[in-house]
Amino acid sequence: MKENKKTINGAEALIKCLENLGVEYIFGLSGGAAIPIFDALVGSKIKLILTRHEQGATHMADGYARVTGKPGVVLVTSGPGATNTVTGILTAQMDSVPMIVLTGQTLSTMLGKDAFQEADIFGITMPVVKHSYLVKNTNDIPRIIKEAWHICQTGRHGPVLIDLPKDITSAPFSGDSLDPEMDIPGYKKDTPLPHKADIIKMAKLFKGKKKPLLLVGHGAVLARAGAAIKKLAEKLGSPVTNTLLGKGEFPETHPLSLGMLGMHGTAYANKALINCDLILSIGSRWDDRINGNNNEFCTNAKKLHIDIDFCEINKIVKPDAWVVGNAKDVIEELLKLVEPLDTADWLKELEYYKKEFPLKYCTDKGLTAQHVIDTCYKTTQGKAIVTTDVGQHQMWAAQFYLSDKGNYWLSSGGAGTMGYGFPAAIGAQFAAPKELVVAIVGDGGFQMTLSELATAFIHKLPVKVIIIDNKYLGMVRQWQELFFDNRLSGVDLEGNPDFVKLAEAYGIKGFHIDKADKCESVMREAMNYQGPCVIHAEVIKEDNVFPMVPAGKSAFHMIVEKPTIKMEKPTGST
Amino acid sequence: MNTSPLHTISVLVGNKPGVLVRIALVFARRGYNIDSLVVSPTVNPKFSRMTITAKGDLETLEQIIKNVNKLVDVIHCEEHPANTVEKELALLKTKASAAIKAFVTKNACKFHVRIDDTSDGCYIIEQTGTTNELDEFEALIRKYGILEMMRTGKILITRGKETT
Repeated sequence: MKENKKTINGAEALIKCLENLGVEYIFGLSGGAAIPIFDALVGSKIKLILTRHEQGATHMADGYARVTGKPGVVLVTSGPGATNTVTGILTAQMDSVPMIVLTGQTLSTMLGKDAFQEADIFGITMPVVKHSYLVKNTNDIPRIIKEAWHICQTGRHGPVLIDLPKDITSAPFSGDSLDPEMDIPGYKKDTPLPHKADIIKMAKLFKGKKKPLLLVGHGAVLARAGAAIKKLAEKLGSPVTNTLLGKGEFPETHPLSLGMLGMHGTAYANKALINCDLILSIGSRWDDRINGNNNEFCTNAKKLHIDIDFCEINKIVKPDAWVVGNAKDVIEELLKLVEPLDTADWLKELEYYKKEFPLKYCTDKGLTAQHVIDTCYKTTQGKAIVTTDVGQHQMWAAQFYLSDKGNYWLSSGGAGTMGYGFPAAIGAQFAAPKELVVAIVGDGGFQMTLSELATAFIHKLPVKVIIIDNKYLGMVRQWQELFFDNRLSGVDLEGNPDFVKLAEAYGIKGFHIDKADKCESVMREAMNYQGPCVIHAEVIKEDNVFPMVPAGKSAFHMIVEKPTIKMEKPTGST
Repeated sequence: MNTSPLHTISVLVGNKPGVLVRIALVFARRGYNIDSLVVSPTVNPKFSRMTITAKGDLETLEQIIKNVNKLVDVIHCEEHPANTVEKELALLKTKASAAIKAFVTKNACKFHVRIDDTSDGCYIIEQTGTTNELDEFEALIRKYGILEMMRTGKILITRGKETT
């Protein structure tokens, strides 16, 4: 027997492949069926981040991926370990985040026999993955890893799941190569090159327009199209608005920026939406948060659509021109073909709306969430990587924490996953160890994944967690107040813990704010604190996010403050 | 009653486990009902062919075809390519009788029907033809009593040199 030819098993081949691809971190939680893979990680260059729950692992990988642009990798065991990743996979799928989820599985000979901790995760996740594999041959592992790595981050990004039976990872690997050829003849979705004719057609529609509007979505962030969009906006003299996930790719501090549009967007962005004569969506999917009613959506405007995914064209809005391609490539070409527009009157009109309907909040009736977030924005000079959970605090964070870099704003947009913010911040901090990372979360969402305080503590990650605590599931309470006669049901979070003591129990510093006049000093101290900390902000209980466009309605129906008359129940889904 | 038009969709897929489920999910998620589905091998063992018929509105169908095309294991998917030969096969079980035998013999040419089996006092009648021809014959023979019916669902192939 040859001494120098060391045989490796499937799990070792798997880890070797991931090392060769430059994977730095794997986020995960161990379990029986995954032991061979965890065994192969001993002594590996890849750092294993042991989380306290598999959902946390997926959001960490997601946060890491959004900041770096590289796929995040998750490793969990079979059965419940695997099913706990489903929420994180949906989150990544809805927001087009590149992710690889490796799940241990029972022995391939036991598949379908209800073995201990067996779950058909390949079947369960099929509707929420970009692609998935059930590995049946050890020698296929390198090819599958290579394909998954390619698929998750080309075309429209998304999660890929690889289910690995224990006997497959334990068996000796006898393949020829750890870098074999891919075999995905059906995958023709490598970043498509945009058609020149489509771009020319689109460019022609700009001619003579006086009220253009650029709409920046997550596709622009994923394509890192910011610089090109800035040139286009400045050349055209066009105002720019962004979706929740498009935040920062065009700097929100730029004079042409109108901030976020949509259900809780700025009044001036929504006024621009109503009055524009041309709207160009750059990597946004005209989601129902910005287009509540398609029949009334930008009725007087030419609608142009750039998307990397051909399935998005014609899905919601019927565009007058479209280009399928990477946002950066398309904008750079479009830039050469358009001429400056006469938008002076349009910008003056929007300037009026900005003055007339500014975002505002009260400082004299107790501590508000907006005040806390605005103070955080000013204290950090807008330079932090910000993650959020889902709900009122998320909308206030989007309104008051202006963002100047696309990959510095992380939020669960499509899925609206509560519990996302804190683990995503951990992933972001691993991705950018020198940056200040702030998780702005609600008291509801934070309690879904707070066990990751242990993960932050053990890795000494200086993540700052601002808990906006109004002791309610506030967004639902707002709906019940406005549309359901204030019949509160299932929203009272009575029984919240003392979050400062809770943090301390994990060895993490806790700060507390409940008074407006203390906000600035405590925030400054917390943001300068070396190490992880929790800022427990007890804010006024009943407060509402405005502006608001009721679900199912167009931006015409925006309200900027609480109406005095009773409102109809919204027709939109949520 | 669903009066939406019937669409025929032809899909070339990689011969991978799960591909049928992935395609079915694209339909099911949008509440689109599949009427018939035929999966069969192609000349190249790496690929399979699916011919699907389904009822529903055109707008949803466009989304379905795009989303099926997006699946990694799907080589291509399109609605009823024009200029095709379409066929379907039916097996009908009836009681054996002189009247039925005479009826089948009379219609042998027109409907491409023949009696395949006569076991146990029963006939098994085989028919090949277009979906419409099968429907028509079924309606005619119904008065003699049909004990059981199997239909394969439609398959199609493009005419001439162009591949399906």
